[in-house]
Amino acid sequence: MKINDVILQTVTKIAVFIILTFAVDLFFAGHHHPGGGFVAGLVFASAFVLLGLAFDLETVRKGAPFDFKKLGALGGFLAVGTGLLALIWDASFLTQTFITVSLPIIGELDVATVTLFEAGVAFTVIGVVVTVIMGISEGR
Amino acid sequence: MIQWMLILSLFFFGLAITILLYRIIWGPSIPDRVIALDTIGINIISGIAIISIVVDTKSFLEAILILGILAFISTVAVSKFIERGVVIELKRDR
Repeated sequence: MKINDVILQTVTKIAVFIILTFAVDLFFAGHHHPGGGFVAGLVFASAFVLLGLAFDLETVRKGAPFDFKKLGALGGFLAVGTGLLALIWDASFLTQTFITVSLPIIGELDVATVTLFEAGVAFTVIGVVVTVIMGISEGR
Repeated sequence: MIQWMLILSLFFFGLAITILLYRIIWGPSIPDRVIALDTIGINIISGIAIISIVVDTKSFLEAILILGILAFISTVAVSKFIERGVVIELKRDR
């Protein structure tokens, strides 16, 4: 019997972009509102889970040809590296700082080094979760 | 008056979740339990929306979106497992 899941695939093609946009929004909302790198990484990984559910693993690998183990390692390096960078300026480990710049259209904007740390956390979570999902779903 | 109605609707959402727990525990078949879990997710989303009206904040809206995404993905995953016996296929044979 030929399996037909055109409804699931059509819904997925739209919903994946909504989920990815929401992940980016959660990542940048994490300074003064609920959100942050960890939740953004989990939501990002759930988009990959939905892609794997609607299509198959070969298509997901072809669409996102990264090595997710290396992405997780890069994230861990980034997170620890921003923590170690504070030692140069004689501050304690993981000290973060920020400056306030005024841009022409946006106005006052806080540029914080904690964004780099959060990016590291998000990369780690994406790498680990997608690796685990792809590892346990190969049918063995 | 509005406050009283909101509290009453929260009570009824709790009642609906309690009734759905019966369907999860003693549900005759697996699809009944899947539908009950999805409905519990929707009831929790509605409850969070009403709580955010009661305490007058916007901070719970991310939680609503995440719960919606997770309820959708979990329902699709369990449905696909019931239908085909595998959650994420390695390669489609089509």
